[in-house]
Amino acid sequence: MPPQLKRLIPLFVVFIGLFLIVRHLLIPDSFGQYGHYRGIALEEIASKEMNVANKAMCVDCHYEVQEIIENDVHADLSCIICHGAGLEHVDNPEAGNIQKIGTRELCGSCHELNPARPMDIIFQVDLSTHNPEFENCSDCHHPHQVWEGIQ
Amino acid sequence: MENHIQHLFEMLSRVEGYIYPNEIELQWGILVVLYPYITGLVAGAFILASLERVFKVKVLRPTYQLALLTALAFLICAPLPLVSHLGHPERAYEIMITPHAKSAMAIFGFVYLWYLMVVLLLEIWFDYRRDFVVWSQEKKGFMRTVYRILSLGVSDTSERTVRWDERLGYIITVIGIPSAFLLHGYVGFIFGSIKANPWWSTVLMPVIFLFSAMVSGIALVMVLYMVISHLRKVKIDMACLDMVGRYLFYMLILDFALESLDQVHRIYEAEESFDILHVLVNGRLNYTLFGFQIGLGTLVPLIAIGILQVFKVKEQVRKAIYLVSGILVLIGIFFMRWNVVIGGQLFSKGFHGFTDFKLGLVGSEGLFMAIMWMALPFAILAFLLWLMPPWKKQEAI
Amino acid sequence: MAAAGTLLLTSAVKPFQMLLIASEQPPEEGPWWGIGIDITKCIGCGMCARGCKMENDVPDEPFYFRTWVEQYTILNNGEVLIESPNGSIDGFSQPVAEEEIFKTFFVPKLCNHCAKSPCTQVCPVGATFESPDGVALIDEKYCIGCAYCVQACPYGCRYIHPEKKVADKCTLCYHRLKQGIDPVCMEICPTKARIYGDLKDRDGELVKFLRDHDYQVLKPHLNTGSKLFYNALTAEIS
Repeated sequence: MPPQLKRLIPLFVVFIGLFLIVRHLLIPDSFGQYGHYRGIALEEIASKEMNVANKAMCVDCHYEVQEIIENDVHADLSCIICHGAGLEHVDNPEAGNIQKIGTRELCGSCHELNPARPMDIIFQVDLSTHNPEFENCSDCHHPHQVWEGIQ
Repeated sequence: MENHIQHLFEMLSRVEGYIYPNEIELQWGILVVLYPYITGLVAGAFILASLERVFKVKVLRPTYQLALLTALAFLICAPLPLVSHLGHPERAYEIMITPHAKSAMAIFGFVYLWYLMVVLLLEIWFDYRRDFVVWSQEKKGFMRTVYRILSLGVSDTSERTVRWDERLGYIITVIGIPSAFLLHGYVGFIFGSIKANPWWSTVLMPVIFLFSAMVSGIALVMVLYMVISHLRKVKIDMACLDMVGRYLFYMLILDFALESLDQVHRIYEAEESFDILHVLVNGRLNYTLFGFQIGLGTLVPLIAIGILQVFKVKEQVRKAIYLVSGILVLIGIFFMRWNVVIGGQLFSKGFHGFTDFKLGLVGSEGLFMAIMWMALPFAILAFLLWLMPPWKKQEAI
Repeated sequence: MAAAGTLLLTSAVKPFQMLLIASEQPPEEGPWWGIGIDITKCIGCGMCARGCKMENDVPDEPFYFRTWVEQYTILNNGEVLIESPNGSIDGFSQPVAEEEIFKTFFVPKLCNHCAKSPCTQVCPVGATFESPDGVALIDEKYCIGCAYCVQACPYGCRYIHPEKKVADKCTLCYHRLKQGIDPVCMEICPTKARIYGDLKDRDGELVKFLRDHDYQVLKPHLNTGSKLFYNALTAEIS
């Protein structure tokens, strides 16, 4: 064997050996558990903190609201649409740490007149001309009993 | 981050039509344009060197070592723009320890290592080993040790051993040719295999990348040969330069033919994405595609060098034509990469609109950074030419 | 003999196929999540986009969305106008006069959680993947931020998080799913235009949706195995 190969081959073997050792040390433990990724990532992602509640959590305490709203057009809505994320209130149920507004901006998200909104799916008004003397929708329409007291 | 958000608001105001909301920001900027450009230069320079070694085009001999050292200097710098554009460059090692076999990009680590260690370094070593031994004997002190180390302690300069250098170097070069194709072909495949992007997704992409790489590599070696000869105040071997020019000419024709085929096919089939791409090419990519890539970068050099193939022209004029053509080709191929990378991100994947791209001057993805990454290989090349001057090598046995 | 030959050939081809293309299969046990969207029910209220940003720490700026809603306006002359102002969070307006409108509707978009996802196929390090229950996820501790997956997604679902510098996208609220709680966008949708469910459960809500409607996926020609099924997906939607 020529002297070049006698020098090169051991050098390459050492290099590849070192690489394999370093690789073994660096590869995360759970890698390859379910596929080509860190298996532990599934748990990490699944254990992320929630920031938003859900209707079931609200109704747990506020079952009386559920009873009222059951017969209203808004019956099927989730509370978080209008009341916001709400998790802070679920963890710490005080009066005042949850959103309770009935502004044209909020209600208009759904009810502002838009030709792309099918009238049979959602009732709409042109908010710029609809009773402008009242500032908020909730001045006349209680969000849990929308048509109560309305002509 | 403030600057970044401000920049995005500016881009928002320049949106045309409708784009998916996440598409405002171009993910791959000038650094990702640079990487294929640099590896292309490497592959091209290497192919030129192998023309002499394997295909025995003897007249190219004066450019042989220059081409190899150029390839090495650029290869060393190639990963730098790539790693520096990552969101987490400190995690770049992951590509070596857990490469995802289904991803073309994952090949990068191993193809790069293979090409650097097995092909380039070995070929250069086999070519220079005898010279390292001789220089280690001639020099004193620190340089003596440096050359001893470079020779890896194989100090036998007998005829038999030197012939082994020749033989092994030849084998490496033969292996090196498909390796060079793989080194740059996979970059083309990175783009060509993305079915989500019709500007990128074509079977021809790896081939186009490869041929434009060869064009740029040959042009680079041609220009460097002329510049270095001028700096060293030595006479240029015109037979060599004419042959390099001829190979550049042939490669340019092939490259142009392939890219034209790609576009003609696209225009003829006119499938779903055609309308938006048509607007792209005539709008935001107008100057960079027709002006720089095709006009200045391809047609002018083709005609100029083409004239030299037909008519007898004075040496001085030939030199000027080669120099200017070489530089134009280098600019043109840069813009080819630009048009592919940036162009592919300017239009929405919904085919209903465009976003915009503004190259900043400063910052990690700015023009100054790009210039630095491009200047570095030249600095390394200058160092290599000082350390291992091709013109001070021993005579071949 | 021929049967044996075919068996040999297909068994030789299968590993090759698995190497090159991504092709996840439903798990033997446990759910295989999919999504259903009814375009006829979407009213473009933007609550889904808003709720998602609240839940998932998505940056507030209008350049990063895990879900968004598009308003399509098709004019009488055939022109198609599409818009999504701040992903629908800022509400929609309709500047075009009603007489000139042929059709107009809203289309919610989110990650399709493809079974043969091109985005997980191209990740060079294995930082994005499909979970065994069919949700495409990102391992943000492993992602190097190369943005290849962002380029590979045909639906524009991904972005690079400006602070974390890793890829990010809809996770189908995996952290809620695993506790049996609905993803926020599904919970908050006032018309239940967005539903999700187990594709293996033939009596489940999603499969019922598929049975009752003419469903289609976005860009079916790309063969992404998209598990986001739309009702009333029409020709101009892309």
